[in-house]
Amino acid sequence: MPPSAVAIPALETRGLTVRFGGHVAVDNVSCRFTSGTLTTIVGPNGAGKTTYFNLVSGQLRATSGQVLVEGEEITLLSPSARAKRGLGRAFQMTNLFPDLTALENVRLAVQCRAEAGWSLFRVWSGRRDLIEKAEEVLERVRLSDKRHVPPKALSHGDQRKLEVALLIAMEPKVFMFDEPTAGMSVDEVPTVLELIRDIKQRKDATVILVEHKMDVVRSLSDRIIVLHNGALVADGDPAQVIASPVVQEAYLGVGAANG
Amino acid sequence: MSRSPAFPLSADGGRTSGSLLAGFLSSDLPRSKVLTVILLAILLALAATPFLFSGSLPLSTAAKICVFIVLVASYDLLLGYTGIVSFAHTMFFGIGGYGVAITLERFGATWISIATGLFVALFLSALLAIAIGLLSLRVRAIFFSMITLAVASAMAVLASQLSTITGGEDGLSFQLPVELRPAFRLLPEPVLGVAINGRLIAYYLLFFVALLMFLLLLRIVNSPFGRVLQAIRENEFRAEALGYRVVAYRTMASVVSALAATVAGALMALWLRYNGPDTTLSFSIMIDILLMVVIGGMGTMYGSVIGATLFLLAQSYLQVLMDAGSKTLAGIPVLPNLIHPDRWLLWLGALFVISVYAFPGGIVGRLRQAEQ
Repeated sequence: MPPSAVAIPALETRGLTVRFGGHVAVDNVSCRFTSGTLTTIVGPNGAGKTTYFNLVSGQLRATSGQVLVEGEEITLLSPSARAKRGLGRAFQMTNLFPDLTALENVRLAVQCRAEAGWSLFRVWSGRRDLIEKAEEVLERVRLSDKRHVPPKALSHGDQRKLEVALLIAMEPKVFMFDEPTAGMSVDEVPTVLELIRDIKQRKDATVILVEHKMDVVRSLSDRIIVLHNGALVADGDPAQVIASPVVQEAYLGVGAANG
Repeated sequence: MSRSPAFPLSADGGRTSGSLLAGFLSSDLPRSKVLTVILLAILLALAATPFLFSGSLPLSTAAKICVFIVLVASYDLLLGYTGIVSFAHTMFFGIGGYGVAITLERFGATWISIATGLFVALFLSALLAIAIGLLSLRVRAIFFSMITLAVASAMAVLASQLSTITGGEDGLSFQLPVELRPAFRLLPEPVLGVAINGRLIAYYLLFFVALLMFLLLLRIVNSPFGRVLQAIRENEFRAEALGYRVVAYRTMASVVSALAATVAGALMALWLRYNGPDTTLSFSIMIDILLMVVIGGMGTMYGSVIGATLFLLAQSYLQVLMDAGSKTLAGIPVLPNLIHPDRWLLWLGALFVISVYAFPGGIVGRLRQAEQ
């Protein structure tokens, strides 16, 4: 593949595989994700969706295969180096800094993006620019009124929103959401979906979503990928993929209605 | 990115005297009235010790408190802020002590000797901290602790074996530059009944260097860098995922902490005019540091002031106090024996168990909690 090809995908995996002993958790997954597209990865529990995310964002090392960001291989880089290359990840299990305030949580993400972490002799509260940016992001996820509350004291839904806020504050090229609405109350879900839609509408953003809720998937996705037993079994237009027999069997169970 | 002046910076950018103070304290105020009063009392007492008390014990205790505030604060940066357990802190303390001791003994009692010794010691400490950090911090936190223990033990053996350089178990005694010797008189007449001699100058040198180092450490833990350290302590995995190179930050934290401990070691040696394994390198000092951090309150910086002061006062004066108590109670059965000065370690131990049990967040944590 010549690097000068017209559309270099924002993210690409080639034959990505990881084995745990004899178990193949992710099996030879080759896939390209282009800018401005929202792709949803679906699949039953244990299909390898989160494991695939871990391989891409670097929490897990691949047994074989490659991960490329904008055509450059990053397979052997650490998670922090991948984040610097523009891979941003929100986690399925809420994964925050529990004792720092919500504002400080977001500010840490903003600060990393601004490469201000190595400033040892300035008072952090003196960096108004970073704080204002963090406040802005908190406003976007509607958590401004809870800026001084630490995550351990936030409701589950608010923790999820903060998780999304951290990802937004990273300003990555590729946004990876792992079940962003899991465990949220019904009235909180639209806020998060609106945010994701908003991110997608920014021209250059690539969004990859792992999601279970079919209505969410259908309303957001430009493309759906199906993982089953670690392998990629379907890939394409949402309506088409959902209707395909392989998905009916693998994901929804044979004969399941999905009107 | 706008660059505003590096020093007094407050959250509001105001330029009142309050914001100047906030600048010196890096916007990290004590956040408790009682704590503020205690800290001020300690600061004033340390500043005025030569004029308030006579005799050498109060001055020696005050000097030791100054040194240990820096030592304990720098350990708090590692333990309380970054969540790293190191057992090599006394090694860096020792390197600082030996640095100035060796140069002063070998190359004469000059200020240049002190500067050279300190510089070489700082360089060696940084090198060791980087090596230990890069070799072990990427693996597991517990592995780092083991490595520091091993390296610190090796260093202690080395210091006692290389007796031609370090004086072995006997340590090194040396002369200070003329200006710091007791015989030196800055002013011909005493001030407020106290002779302004070299000993006094040495004390204030310690006091101001310690104060500066403490404010510097307070600044570092409140910098963007310091916030990353706290993030690593809370959730290392997420800090890495955000894009922070956790190993590099941890290594830097251990370098900063090692450098501050080295300075503290140099101050200790200067004050004692002696450096040996027992004054700076011994493992029992390491345990004292741990206790001071925990008693004062981990991750608070101000805890190091309280912890060091309380601990060293108890160490110096508990025996005196118990002796007095024992004599007053003479005649009553059992009691005088129980508080006989020889039992002071037992009571010190009991005090620590009680304080750790009663204040799990340390004294600073308790005071701040009470304020809310």
